[in-house]
Amino acid sequence: MSNLHKAQLGTVRLSANACQRLLRLAALTSAMLLGIVSQTASAFDIEAERRFGDPNATRSIDVLSTTDINVFSPVIEGFIAARPDIAVNYIVASSQEVFNAIETDRAAVDVVISSAMDLQMKLANDGRARALPAGILEGRPAWARWRDTLVAVAQEPAVLLVARKALDGGLPMPRSRRDVIALLRDHPDRFKGRIGTYDPKVSGAGYLFATQDAQLGETFWRLAEVMGRLDTRLYCCSSDMIEALLSGELLLAYNVLGSYSRKDDLYREKVILVEPEDFTVTLLRTALIPQEAKNPGDGGVFLAYLLSPAGQSLVREAAGLPLIDPRVYAEKPHLRPIRLDPGLLAQLDTMTRKRFLEEWQAAMEQP
Amino acid sequence: MSEARVAPSLRRRLVVRLLGLAAVLAIILFIAVRFSAETASEATLDAVLGVATASIADDLRSGEDGAQVTLPAETFSMLAAMGEERIFYRILIGGTTMTGYDDLPLPRDTPTAVAPVFYSRSYREADLRLAAVSRNLIIDSRPATALVIVGQTREGQRVIAQQLANRAAMLGLFVFLLAIPASLVAATSLLRPLDRLAEAMARRGPRDLRPVRHPVPEELAPLIGALNSFIARLKSTLAQTETFIAEAAHHIRTPLATLRSEVELALRLAKDEPMRQRLRRLLRTVDEGSRSAGQLLDHATVLYRAEQQVFADVDLGAIARGLVDRYRTTADLKDIRLTLDKPAGAVPVTGDAVLLEAALRNLIDNAIKYSAEEAEIHVSLAISEQTAIFRCEDEGRGLDGAVDSKLRGRFQRGRNVEDVVGSGLGLTIVAEAVEAMGGSFSLAARPEGGTCATLTMPLAAKS
Repeated sequence: MSNLHKAQLGTVRLSANACQRLLRLAALTSAMLLGIVSQTASAFDIEAERRFGDPNATRSIDVLSTTDINVFSPVIEGFIAARPDIAVNYIVASSQEVFNAIETDRAAVDVVISSAMDLQMKLANDGRARALPAGILEGRPAWARWRDTLVAVAQEPAVLLVARKALDGGLPMPRSRRDVIALLRDHPDRFKGRIGTYDPKVSGAGYLFATQDAQLGETFWRLAEVMGRLDTRLYCCSSDMIEALLSGELLLAYNVLGSYSRKDDLYREKVILVEPEDFTVTLLRTALIPQEAKNPGDGGVFLAYLLSPAGQSLVREAAGLPLIDPRVYAEKPHLRPIRLDPGLLAQLDTMTRKRFLEEWQAAMEQP
Repeated sequence: MSEARVAPSLRRRLVVRLLGLAAVLAIILFIAVRFSAETASEATLDAVLGVATASIADDLRSGEDGAQVTLPAETFSMLAAMGEERIFYRILIGGTTMTGYDDLPLPRDTPTAVAPVFYSRSYREADLRLAAVSRNLIIDSRPATALVIVGQTREGQRVIAQQLANRAAMLGLFVFLLAIPASLVAATSLLRPLDRLAEAMARRGPRDLRPVRHPVPEELAPLIGALNSFIARLKSTLAQTETFIAEAAHHIRTPLATLRSEVELALRLAKDEPMRQRLRRLLRTVDEGSRSAGQLLDHATVLYRAEQQVFADVDLGAIARGLVDRYRTTADLKDIRLTLDKPAGAVPVTGDAVLLEAALRNLIDNAIKYSAEEAEIHVSLAISEQTAIFRCEDEGRGLDGAVDSKLRGRFQRGRNVEDVVGSGLGLTIVAEAVEAMGGSFSLAARPEGGTCATLTMPLAAKS
């Protein structure tokens, strides 16, 4: 697990965009090494870092997150407006690096927000998280928190993106995995080499989605077989898959984080977003306060704001992340939030992971 | 009589002991529920943990490159479900950690393939309950022993056990509170026979020497037995004394009567005046002795009969009438006018005719003895509500300031009676006889001179 980042470099099938992203990451890393963006002395790889609020503020917190700065900045601006006395140092890193920072490096950050539920769960289970301040967990649904250490701040469905031109000629719109299997089987020529999905070996979210898919239904392995036969491309990130869809490189992207979907007209013209009706795996972005936090009190203040109605409306409208709201499940019964409990630890296990990836590899690489 | 040393109240001691017992029971209840709830839930959770660990061990198999396993997410979810427990695991093959937490504590005993070993350890600031299962595998054509360890925190169980114990504690407290009135009631009802006995003993007259026949609980029987035998001994001692006095009086009276007739004869024969005077003084002394003996005999009779308590309905009017008639001759000798005033019908009272007769006789006899010649004695009998009132009023020398209670003492006489023959037992006989029958007696000076003796007796219940 800890060599996941290195594995990224060694992955065989990476899209051009993914390579660009890696280059960017490498640049950032070297910048950090040169001490340009280095406020937090740390051994883990930082993708980006920005300081919000009054530079002279006596109180400040370090927030370590997997969410891009431009997605999350409206929320932080909102917090600064509400609490101008607290400055926020926002650090972005990959989910694996976030985990390593806390588990191995014992980085002294005050809040950790990550979309890698399993890694967050492992931190909480292993006692790396401290109890959240009283009041934060009040009224949170049981599925959106674990013990008094882990709380979900947003949820994101893994969706199916279909390019409109993929359905040219009156092809039926796929609504479930069964439909997708039928569509791909019936039109192998059209889709060959133009299907994209996460590489579970590289992406923590991709691995989480794949294992949840496999747990929730048998259709997953059939779909994997079909996708493997059609030379499916594997990506590290949702944004790369979306770019590939827009450029026409891909016709269908499976298990994409819905929040990365762009809202512009070009996107809407070209891409259809489908939440599979058999089930749509929904990931929870979770937050915790690590044991080593220097300023856990203000970290709690930040989390409380994030979960307040004001913070939540910013999360939804500005950041475009769906809210933790039980009503969503009444409206969309096909949404399946990934259970926030130590069941996640099982999939994180090295032997279990190795075995799952072997199966996956076998499905992808067919003679 | 000196007061007995008073030990702490039986009721208080009983209540304190009962409450103490209730408190101990409440505490035992709390501990027992706490313990059994913990034991029961631990057994249940151990079974689940054992099966989960065994199922992981069952899934272990040898693959192309070593052992393979898929940890079941559902199982972990279930193990963590109760109270959001933390889960830790470790899989070793041939002593080498293959996966999981490589510092998770190992069991002391080596588990077999059949039975998991359960143990508790502290790990990562948590109290863990762990199950270990071992299994034999063939890896690379060589046998190897795999050890699967799964640990879980048991906070949910602890919370539930605590809740159960708290509920039991509340129940215990409730029982304790309930025990307060219950023990008061129990103490009261337990002590009721004792209270009743004490009440019955207090109701007894001072001369009531009948054995105690009051129903008592088994435990008090020895006390009552001892008391009764004490009473019996007392009674027999008293009876012996009284019999002795009566016999003594009787034996004295007979020779005194002979002596008296001899002295009278001598007086008649004596011519010498100093001798006659001496003989008269002797005669008077003999009379006094004879009267004392008679009164002693009377007193003994009264005591005996008072003790027997054999009562019947008696007409007080008839007794008064008979006595007045009998004493008329004696009164006439001193020219005393003796009058009787009584209701027309019978005046029935419950009592012993002999005792009543003795009481009334002594009163009339006293009145005549202490009255001057030609005086008047008025005897009256009246009925007021539930009592018969007998009065004997004379115009005699009165009480000279002596107190009623002193006069009724044995061998006590007034200061103004030296010239009259008397034993000092008359009023004692009256008082003892009347009080044995539930009546009363009082002596008062009349404002116009003389004495008024009043005797009351409850009227017989109308049958």
